[in-house]
Amino acid sequence: MRRTAIAVLVMAGLMPAAVIARDGIVIGGKIFTESYVLGEMAAQTIEADSSVPVTRKLGMGSTGILFEALKSGAIDVYPDYTGTLAEAILKKPELKSLEDIRGSLSAMGLTISGSLGFNDTYALAVKEEFAEKHNLHSIGDLIPIESQVRAGFSYEFMDRKDGYPGLIDSYHLGLGPQNVSRMEHSLSYQAIDQNAVDLIDVYSTDAKIKKLNLRLLKDDHNYFPVYQAVWVARTSFVQEHPHEWQSLLTLEGRISEAAMLDMNAQADIQKMPFDKIAARFLGAAAPSSQGWLHEVAHRTREHLWLVGVSLLFSVVVGIPLGVAAVRFKAAGQAILLLSALIQTVPSLALLCFLIPLFGVGTKPALAALCLYSLLPVVLNTFTGIRAVNPTHVENARAFGLNRRQVLFRVVLPLASPTLLAGIKTATIVSIGTATLAALVGAGGYGAPIVSGLALNDVPTILTGAIPAALMALVAHGLFELLSLGLIPAGLRRRP
Amino acid sequence: MLELQNISKTFEDRTVLDDVSLLVPKGATHALIGSSGSGKTTLLRITLGLIPFDRGYVKINDQALLSFTQVEWADRIGYVPQDGGLFPHISGMNNVALIAKLRGWRRAQIEARVEELRKIVDLDPEILTRFPREMSGGQKQRVSIMRAAMMNPAVMLLDEPMAALDPLIRRSVQQELKSIFQRLDKTVLLVTHDLGEAVFLAEQLTMLHEGRVVQSGSYRDLLLSPANPFVSQFINAQRTLSEAGELQ
Repeated sequence: MRRTAIAVLVMAGLMPAAVIARDGIVIGGKIFTESYVLGEMAAQTIEADSSVPVTRKLGMGSTGILFEALKSGAIDVYPDYTGTLAEAILKKPELKSLEDIRGSLSAMGLTISGSLGFNDTYALAVKEEFAEKHNLHSIGDLIPIESQVRAGFSYEFMDRKDGYPGLIDSYHLGLGPQNVSRMEHSLSYQAIDQNAVDLIDVYSTDAKIKKLNLRLLKDDHNYFPVYQAVWVARTSFVQEHPHEWQSLLTLEGRISEAAMLDMNAQADIQKMPFDKIAARFLGAAAPSSQGWLHEVAHRTREHLWLVGVSLLFSVVVGIPLGVAAVRFKAAGQAILLLSALIQTVPSLALLCFLIPLFGVGTKPALAALCLYSLLPVVLNTFTGIRAVNPTHVENARAFGLNRRQVLFRVVLPLASPTLLAGIKTATIVSIGTATLAALVGAGGYGAPIVSGLALNDVPTILTGAIPAALMALVAHGLFELLSLGLIPAGLRRRP
Repeated sequence: MLELQNISKTFEDRTVLDDVSLLVPKGATHALIGSSGSGKTTLLRITLGLIPFDRGYVKINDQALLSFTQVEWADRIGYVPQDGGLFPHISGMNNVALIAKLRGWRRAQIEARVEELRKIVDLDPEILTRFPREMSGGQKQRVSIMRAAMMNPAVMLLDEPMAALDPLIRRSVQQELKSIFQRLDKTVLLVTHDLGEAVFLAEQLTMLHEGRVVQSGSYRDLLLSPANPFVSQFINAQRTLSEAGELQ
């Protein structure tokens, strides 16, 4: 047991090193095209005016994650919208003006810039043909066909008070609950294009509105709040980096709705890289890109680190827990139940829970992966040991092996095939789950997958998904080799 | 010398062993016989020091079990489990040498002892390189006897040594086992339900029934002056089962 204790201490010592050192200014961004473009624009604006190094953590999931990241200091600035800040963060939907919102945020140690120049509000969209057929111009026109219209709404829209729930109240709209599906925002365009749904929620500057020839339904009741784009930052950041903050403020009022829609279209439809789009708007040269091979190598290192550390954790902690679960019956059931319970928490929700504890970046991602990879190891250790013939254990004691020797010389070797299978499962699950780490800014193969999803760009998704699948294959092969070394020859299948 | 005196053992409310005594003189072979449920397995586990008992004592050469740790006791009593009980994950050689290695014996010392025992049990050296699943029943048993004798214990304890063997080879294995016991020159206790086997291998028998010793003595004593109807019943039942010739 002492060896295990030392290993745990070494791990604890390594943990701080796992967090990529905080260096200069960190720009965050949400997981949709416009936020990527604005984040990139903020980064380039600061880089042009200042020598402070800038780190980009774009595509970090939803408002909750970004807000926690900003508060905890994991990021310094990110683009958001006044309506979102009032509703989702301040929980004061009655706040409308920039001044009121800024005043309310200052109590939380946060501040915002003036409007960047455009309003990106929620809107409901239908296909032009569908609108013609049912004579739809405004949201109220949906009422006559409310029982048959099929809607595909994003998760955030469904849950926000200024989204779907309030909309229903304001318009007395009775969509059939069985006709409303929740889906990832970027997928809803695909759904409406393929006539899988008739009605979707959009942001009014989404490039796809034009591409797919959608009609925006007028908001006669002025129900949707105003969503002015602004920079959000911690007050302390503004005080420590006044020069850089001033640079960001030069963008106030400069981006018109038409310009933003155009930039979104360049990303979504022409598949231009975000950094080029931002550079073109700012009138600067695009930063030189380092090539896809460099990108894949970089992502591989990040991914391997995430998988490697969580694997080490699951082995060092999971095996002793599995052994303890066999030895102490009541505690054992508790251990098994708890690790099974963790497995049922959706990964995105688990990441959200972990942000207040670990901040943003590699730490919460590692914590989540460690927790996820625990169950297969604990369960297989438990099952493997329980399957060992108890006669062998009694015989070993009769021959004069002490408890420790019985465990290491008899029980664990006999359980090793099951045990190794558990570690293998943990590894492969962890390679897959680690792609979600990008949502909290931990990088890895998830980064291209997440930005590809935001752009609905399959090739970009594949640059993350294919290496992840290859890594799983390589892991599978390595475990086959490893089993030759670790499983005692007497237990191996004969060739 | 192995001495069990007035051993009693109760599991919860059930008395499993009631005042059991048994004495095996140095160098003798003794058989403990009884059907399943007689308490012989419990007595075996007590003798091995695996479970505590309520009353009485176990001694080897006048030294009491309770004055040793489990690990120290194990070196005084060599155990041959039913079916050999070899660990499936290691080779025959490693099964035999396991305890000596854990006790820090030097390699040469281990090899010399293994060679000595290999000759006693008359085993082909190649068999020791095999894994248990690649051995026959008789080979497993010999390797298991080598393992039990490795630390040179004063007493050997065998649990149903013939039970798992093919009836066709039982007779020849019994003969070999008898000569192995002679060559090892140890105090031996066999635990078995098979009267024929007990009579063939052991000079003295102790018959256990419902946790009590019903009779101790030679086969002749049990046959000619049974202590109670159960003894004659047990003997007659087994005689009809086995070949009469084996019981002469």
